[in-house]
Amino acid sequence: MVVAVLGSPFIGSTPIQFSRVFSTSIPFADNIDAQIFFIARLPRALAAALVGGTLAAAGVVFQGLLRNALATPYTLGVSAGASLGAMVAITFGAGWAVGGVASASLAGAFLAVGIVYALASARHRGLSTTVLLLAGVTLNSFFSALILFVQYVSDFAQTFRALRWLMGDLDVASYAPLVSALPLVAVAFAAFAWLARPLNLLSIGTEAAATRGVPVVRAQRVAFFAASLATGSAVSVGGPIGFVGIIVPHLVRLMVGADHRLVLPASTFFGAAFLVACDTIARIVLAPIELPVGIITAVIGGPFFLWLLITRR
Amino acid sequence: MLSGGNLQFGYGGRASRRDRSTAGGERSRTAVDRVIDGVSLSIDAGEVVGILGPNGSGKTTLLRLLSGALAPDAGSVRLGDAELSSLPRRAVAQRIAVVPQETSLAFDYSVLEIVLMGRYPHLGAFEIEGPADLAAATAALEATGTAAFADRPFRTLSGGEKQRVVIASALAQLDRSIGSIGSIGSGGSGGGESRLLLLDEPTASLDLRYQFEIGAVLQRLHDSSGMTILLSTHDLRFAASLCTRVVLLSSGRILAEGAPRDVLTPELVGRLFDVPPGLAAPILASALVSR
Repeated sequence: MVVAVLGSPFIGSTPIQFSRVFSTSIPFADNIDAQIFFIARLPRALAAALVGGTLAAAGVVFQGLLRNALATPYTLGVSAGASLGAMVAITFGAGWAVGGVASASLAGAFLAVGIVYALASARHRGLSTTVLLLAGVTLNSFFSALILFVQYVSDFAQTFRALRWLMGDLDVASYAPLVSALPLVAVAFAAFAWLARPLNLLSIGTEAAATRGVPVVRAQRVAFFAASLATGSAVSVGGPIGFVGIIVPHLVRLMVGADHRLVLPASTFFGAAFLVACDTIARIVLAPIELPVGIITAVIGGPFFLWLLITRR
Repeated sequence: MLSGGNLQFGYGGRASRRDRSTAGGERSRTAVDRVIDGVSLSIDAGEVVGILGPNGSGKTTLLRLLSGALAPDAGSVRLGDAELSSLPRRAVAQRIAVVPQETSLAFDYSVLEIVLMGRYPHLGAFEIEGPADLAAATAALEATGTAAFADRPFRTLSGGEKQRVVIASALAQLDRSIGSIGSIGSGGSGGGESRLLLLDEPTASLDLRYQFEIGAVLQRLHDSSGMTILLSTHDLRFAASLCTRVVLLSSGRILAEGAPRDVLTPELVGRLFDVPPGLAAPILASALVSR
């Protein structure tokens, strides 16, 4: 992962030289190579690492919570809420800065999470994963309808910008989005560390976990909120980049087994490297045009899914 | 050791329209709502108690109430001298282990991983399993005859093998002094607190050979370590051969309880399963012979 993060900024449509980037003899303002490295590419590589690692880990946690290897970070409506928030900001928030879109998408994500959680815990004493799933799927389609409505009323430029956002793009202009997302992601990962073992036990059944002393309802709540927080933060930085949250956990489980204490950290690092690699491909495959990384992950993800279905027992 | 007093329970939930609050604050339900209706049962250390009843009689619910998985609407469950609901979850888990009827995994775990999961109540939040835990798991695997499967994926096992592995996981959970499971002498753990193994219809989905296997494993456990066992079943032969005491449960109420010979009579069993006593008699005759 480190190699990917540090190596990726050196690859791009404009060639830059390693020695010139880190040379201290040339003042920064004159050093084109260093400028390209530190201002244009390194933030992007770090963003890819952050988003990739976060989405992969959130995918693992959602799969453990819903006891289903086909669950993704977007199954429960988080990305629909984030997308709606971003769309509203782009279409109606004319005077907002770029950072406003990110915060709006985060707000949208929290709204979606709140609604889904309220629905899932309303009738059940604890947290019903079945109702969670149904509420999330319902919310996804409802928010998608709202998104279509917002697109309908937006003008050409806004539609274009919204569409690009929905594809999932890591064209971060500065370190600012990363810095604001980092504390949220850190909190989520602290929760993930505690969740690793309870998720193992939840995988063999909620009653089996309860009779072994796992605080089932608390673990489910923590898993739901932490993974949603992580997903919302990741989506606010790079848009709803698809397939990372399902491909990476699956591949990692094939390599290290099913123990979440291994799968979570391994998925984080592998997810980071994976998205950095995808983003690098996105930047060079049609150079000098930089494709949105979401296209690359979808191109890889679709066939991967088919392969999964074909080889599944 | 474990006792439930005047337990009542219904699955209506908070929004049940038939709820009516009594003056004492306890919810009362119409009789048809109650799955468990006034059951008092106590299990002493070293017993093998079988709850026998037809489908829908409330066997699984009663086990859930006694293990603490469900809270009764009325009545109380006590472990030793303490109210079960007042004890910390981990402390209860170290003394009571439950083997469910079926186990389905969401992901591909190995047999050893499943058994080691039983060590959860003995470990801290971030503690890794140590040699003691591994020894407990190994002892449990050996006690159930599944040591050879340790590295195999759980899903590749047969029904009987899976059930034995789940029992091993429960044994690893109850093991508080290493290797005390399966060793001679009762209550081998420190402190002298007995441990209880609860099994919900352990042979329900197994064929004859695996029924005998599970029965043999449980008998061996009881004989060698004095393990207290509480199980639910609708299998007459299994109950008759294994249990020191049988409880007949019918529509949420205890019909009769006592030693198998006294309780498994054609009349009582006929009433329990709603079959003519003449039909039940030959089955019981062969079941009781196997004791």
